Amino acid sequence: MTTLDITSPGPQATPGDAVLSFEDLTVTFGTDFGDVHAVKGITLDVRPGEVVALVGESGSGKSVTSMTALGLLPGNARVGGTVRVGDKDVSKLDGKGLRQMRGNDVAMVFQEPMTALNPVLTIGDQLTEGLQLHGIAFGKQAEARAAELLRMVGIPEPERRLKQFPHELSGGQRQRVVIAMAIACDPKVIIADEPTTALDVTVQADILDLLRSLKEKLNTGILLITHNMGVVADMADRVAVMLKGDIVEMGTVEQVLNNPRHEYTRRLLAAVPRLGVTSAAPLVEDHTEELPALDLRNLVIEYHRLGKPAFRAVDDVSFQVGPGEIVGLVGESGSGKSTIGKCALGLIPAHSGSVSILGQDLTKLRGKELKALRKRIGVVFQDPSASMNPRLPVGEVIAEPMVVHKIGDDRSRRRRVLELLDAVELPRSFYNRYPHELSGGQRQRVSVARALTLEPELLVADEPTSALDVSVQASVLKMFTNLQERYRFACLFVSHDLAVVDMLAHRVVVLQNGEIVEQGLREDVLHNPREEYTRRLLAAAPVPEPVEQRRRREERHALLLELGDEIAELHVEDGYERPGVDLPKGHNPYTTIDGPGV
Amino acid sequence: MSDIRNTAPHGEDFEPVPGAQSIDVQGGVGAGHLPPEPLPTEDKSYSQTQLVWRRFLRHRAAMISCAVIVLIVLVAYSSIGVGPIPGWWDKTYLATYDKIGTGSPTLTHPFGQDAIGKDYFAMTMRGTQHSLFIALGIGVLSTILGTLVGALAGYFRGWVDSVLMRMTDVFIVIPLLVIAAVLGKMASSWGIWGLTLILGAVTWTGLARLVRGEVLSLREREFVMAAQAVGTSASRIIVKHILPNAVGVIIVNATLAISSAILLETALSFLGYGVQSPDTSLGLLISQNQNAFATRPWLFWWPGLLILTIALCVNFIGDGLRDAFDPRQTRKD
Repeated sequence: MTTLDITSPGPQATPGDAVLSFEDLTVTFGTDFGDVHAVKGITLDVRPGEVVALVGESGSGKSVTSMTALGLLPGNARVGGTVRVGDKDVSKLDGKGLRQMRGNDVAMVFQEPMTALNPVLTIGDQLTEGLQLHGIAFGKQAEARAAELLRMVGIPEPERRLKQFPHELSGGQRQRVVIAMAIACDPKVIIADEPTTALDVTVQADILDLLRSLKEKLNTGILLITHNMGVVADMADRVAVMLKGDIVEMGTVEQVLNNPRHEYTRRLLAAVPRLGVTSAAPLVEDHTEELPALDLRNLVIEYHRLGKPAFRAVDDVSFQVGPGEIVGLVGESGSGKSTIGKCALGLIPAHSGSVSILGQDLTKLRGKELKALRKRIGVVFQDPSASMNPRLPVGEVIAEPMVVHKIGDDRSRRRRVLELLDAVELPRSFYNRYPHELSGGQRQRVSVARALTLEPELLVADEPTSALDVSVQASVLKMFTNLQERYRFACLFVSHDLAVVDMLAHRVVVLQNGEIVEQGLREDVLHNPREEYTRRLLAAAPVPEPVEQRRRREERHALLLELGDEIAELHVEDGYERPGVDLPKGHNPYTTIDGPGV
Repeated sequence: MSDIRNTAPHGEDFEPVPGAQSIDVQGGVGAGHLPPEPLPTEDKSYSQTQLVWRRFLRHRAAMISCAVIVLIVLVAYSSIGVGPIPGWWDKTYLATYDKIGTGSPTLTHPFGQDAIGKDYFAMTMRGTQHSLFIALGIGVLSTILGTLVGALAGYFRGWVDSVLMRMTDVFIVIPLLVIAAVLGKMASSWGIWGLTLILGAVTWTGLARLVRGEVLSLREREFVMAAQAVGTSASRIIVKHILPNAVGVIIVNATLAISSAILLETALSFLGYGVQSPDTSLGLLISQNQNAFATRPWLFWWPGLLILTIALCVNFIGDGLRDAFDPRQTRKD
């Protein structure tokens, strides 16, 4: 594959001043089934104060590329070509040299802040560890420096936070701690591997603001690995698009996102769901006469905790899903949207209120009646690899509901499975394949087929596409819409992605902290939101269009100011001392207060 | 096609975005992740069992151990025969023969003779038969019991869990050797069947706890939730969805249970609570001849070596199975 380098012929940097450069990098993994070429000769560099986005879908080799810079690949990997961090050649470093380089010259911001932090150590211990290992500060000095770092990334009350454990912080604050750890030794370059994928959209916007100020104020180079084109548009100066271990296109963010040259980049961009662009099917006919498929009235769900008052996950929620209607349930993590989905499936009990499905109260049914009702509900879960029994072949996975409800004999079941495989656009030969042999999108298709086996009248889809790549997501959503038009099932579509909901749903329900903020027709809620929270959500979703995204970012900042919030940024004062220089005791020049919410 | 993963095994081109169809959800995100799981590239469907089997067949130590075990079983059962069926060895373990010299190994008596002139090869083979039978019996029985208790406790939780696990605790707090000795003495009138049943009934505790833990985590997985949402009954979920996924833990621990059962039987017989004379087992042979160690060492070494070999081989097989079931433990080539 040839690389289309459309970088503008501006002032070309000499290789010497790049803080991170890959030259003809190849990575090969030796496996039981022969060699796997994960990276096939890519050349890329990151200069100081520059954000280079490495974009690609899962399996394209972007994370493997970044790992070579830290020398963190597993033992069965072979690396060819050269990787330079500053003036050091990573392949020539021994164990000690690598350890010195990590943290000092190059640092990493991981995807999932909860797993990147050690749950049994305090934030302070984890922050000072790096400082002490690299001999930058010790004891009291290290603590002072750690508090200073936390203040820089905008965590209020840093001295108190130092003594806390990771689980006491929110997701966004944890990611700020991870960023503080990354900048602790003032690295020349930071590798951010999907730094916001695990975060909510409003938190994502804050973290991106923080990362942006990092490059502006500390002149750090950032290699940003992401699959989210909106994040790219928001952050990157230059973009490299990876496909199957190769860079297929490289250029400035405007060039790549606005004028993509390579076929793959164009397809990738076309697949990104955009708010307000798509036109979902018109609202189905008025169904007020018929029984709603799902009717929630004053639903309260509580989780009981030992020795503590019960946690109210869902508080007084009422809404209906009419027959043949898709209702999008949106909200950030912790808003209770998945809990409602599970309750509608009868997997968790309601504390009070009623859950009626097709006119029957789910909470009052037991045994046989419950089983009979479940026959009429289908479910699609978020992660197709987790929601399928890995020991059963695809054919059995799809046939399972028929076996459970004793419908048909082996032959009719087989016929039905083949029919469903056709319906979800999978080849019939998949009948005997196992889930691990399928790609994520294919697995999710199987999962949809299983949900439709018994022709349910209500389908509960819990984030069915959020684990999928954007192009796969587009095709699964398209198939989903077609199936819905064909089978006319009612659907409760739980999602955090407003653009996806905008593509499918007829009506939208917005949740925050277990309560309904706003509900109504899709056009009203998503295009003319009345509530402040909905406006915030909409403003935070990035679009894959650099100029437009800049405008949206400014709009969002204006909105935040209007609402009295602060904009997340790195708090560095003029007198900021680079580490390595002796810090005066109790040196504490930073007195900024950060906005709430994260 | 992508050579990273075999994600579109037939090359069917059904994605609206053709260039991106063979890209998988798990391949690239996350830090410090492992290389993509090795998958077959040929056009053949491998089930998980087949993949495990492939890896097991490549485990050299386990394969050699399997061969040695098979050899020991074949020789033990074919040489002196089972019950009324005679074997190819012309001497029995009960008859006494004329002593040749001190009774040290000769061509007529390759393993030597004991103090009263019995053929030691026949005795050792008889002992091996018994030890193997008891070990396998205990292994199977304790695995079944442990799996059952663990699965029920882990799946139903609540009071079922409490009752079953407290019962397990009671078994665990009594020293195994003491309870086995007392019950073994009581059951000795039923021969080795009784001993096997009794020992199987007291050695399931460890596996029960392991299976419970495994089931506790498996029951929270989404595919179990998916099965529940369809209306699958509890028994079907346990048998069809949960246990097949816990089979790695179960099989590995069954092999380890077998090897520790051999040692338990040996210890009991050595203490005089296991197999009773004139019948014999490897442990009993050692116990009877412990004083002869200095003067007639072969009486000690033959059964001792057999115990060592069998226990070691079973452990290696367990090791091989564990590696086969856990593909993350990839060997560095």
